[in-house]
Amino acid sequence: MSSIDLKVFNELKDATGADFIGELVQAFLEDAPSQIAQMQSALTGQDAESFRRAAHTLKSNAATFGATDLSGLARELEMLGREKNLEVGNRLQVLEEAFDQVKNQLNELIR
Amino acid sequence: MIPSLEPAHLLVVDDNKVNRMMLSRNLGLQGHIVETAENGQEGLEKIRSGTFDLVLLDIDMPVMNGYEVLEACLKDVELRQIPIIMTSAMDELDAVVKCVELGAEDYLTKPVNAILLRARVNASLEKKRLRDEQRKLFRTFATKEVAEELLRTGFSLGGKQVTASVLFADIRSFTTIAESQDPTETIDLLNEYFSLMFDAITDNGGTVNQMVGDGLLAMFGAPIYFKDHGEKAVRAALQMLERLKEFNQRQLARGKTQLHIGIGIASGNMIVGYTGTQNRAIYTCIGDTVNLAARIEEYTKEALRPLLIDNYTREDLPDDIKVDDLGRIIFKGKNQAVNVFAVVTG
Repeated sequence: MSSIDLKVFNELKDATGADFIGELVQAFLEDAPSQIAQMQSALTGQDAESFRRAAHTLKSNAATFGATDLSGLARELEMLGREKNLEVGNRLQVLEEAFDQVKNQLNELIR
Repeated sequence: MIPSLEPAHLLVVDDNKVNRMMLSRNLGLQGHIVETAENGQEGLEKIRSGTFDLVLLDIDMPVMNGYEVLEACLKDVELRQIPIIMTSAMDELDAVVKCVELGAEDYLTKPVNAILLRARVNASLEKKRLRDEQRKLFRTFATKEVAEELLRTGFSLGGKQVTASVLFADIRSFTTIAESQDPTETIDLLNEYFSLMFDAITDNGGTVNQMVGDGLLAMFGAPIYFKDHGEKAVRAALQMLERLKEFNQRQLARGKTQLHIGIGIASGNMIVGYTGTQNRAIYTCIGDTVNLAARIEEYTKEALRPLLIDNYTREDLPDDIKVDDLGRIIFKGKNQAVNVFAVVTG
């Protein structure tokens, strides 16, 4: 199963240039773990705003690369954060797994 | 639509690095020069210190959000001219609506589509270009000071009482000149004359208020007040005569018509403001002082002196400006005699 909507990804690649897409993917893959870490520490510290913000950024970036499922998961978490509801269950773990898949596929795509 | 041929100077404000990179790249490929800022506060500082043609502004940002940046820009007379396109996630539509209602130029939802980005940016730049042109045109006809006052305070009819100086200038026997030559030549002659007179007036802090045929009315000390308005008016008049003398020498060399003018200056209280209708109005001055300046100007023909002033104007003149007392004159429609002085010209 593909984690990336290739239509979205290829459009992005065409628009920004094949030489640039690698750089852009790299920036995403470097930043995303720190957003996940921020969400984890926000859960511990019960900081809904910090949680929401990290989820918001992840949602936005995942959508940029066509990682539709990951973006949807991040969006759910963003909504919970906005409602100051930090009872997220295992959602963060699911999101982390989804990110790992996205990461692998993106690395393949830019190789 | 006309594509923007000139590269524009753009600012991308977004706390998300991927967004900054992607937008910069896309806009760079479209030929624009792009700078970035990582949060609202940094963005606002850059907007204030730079010269941007357009700003792409994220809404949801730490430190200072996009809404606050937009609000700060719209409050500022200069920054208000820069179009701002809001960028936001699809589910932030409420915030976008708020921004557009407040005065944002347009919006784009993220992830931003490259083609849509190009279209919105070009349309906004084109609109800005037209607005800038309108502004320039507006300034040409309304004088910089009045244009700025209008931009600052908005338009409203009605006036206020001020103390200022009024200068009237008229070309002697212009009707005869106009009748004796080609109309195109007459207009060229007038344009050259006015541009010389304008410079002399604005160089001395005056505002040319009206041009009627071959006559012009200028104000000193209004709309922006300064204390030595009388002296500035006289210095402007002296400069006008000086420039006209040079102009006449050139005209003589070219075998063309020479111009002679009369200038009258009066100082005192007057009412300034916009008169007219909501659709068409001019910034003008009215009152006895204004009438007196016009009468004094007419009197230059009789007195055979090119520059006449009233007593109020004379009182504040420094010693280096010499005047001759022409005595008390009773003007048409006035009950009281007015002391008139001729300024000694070079």
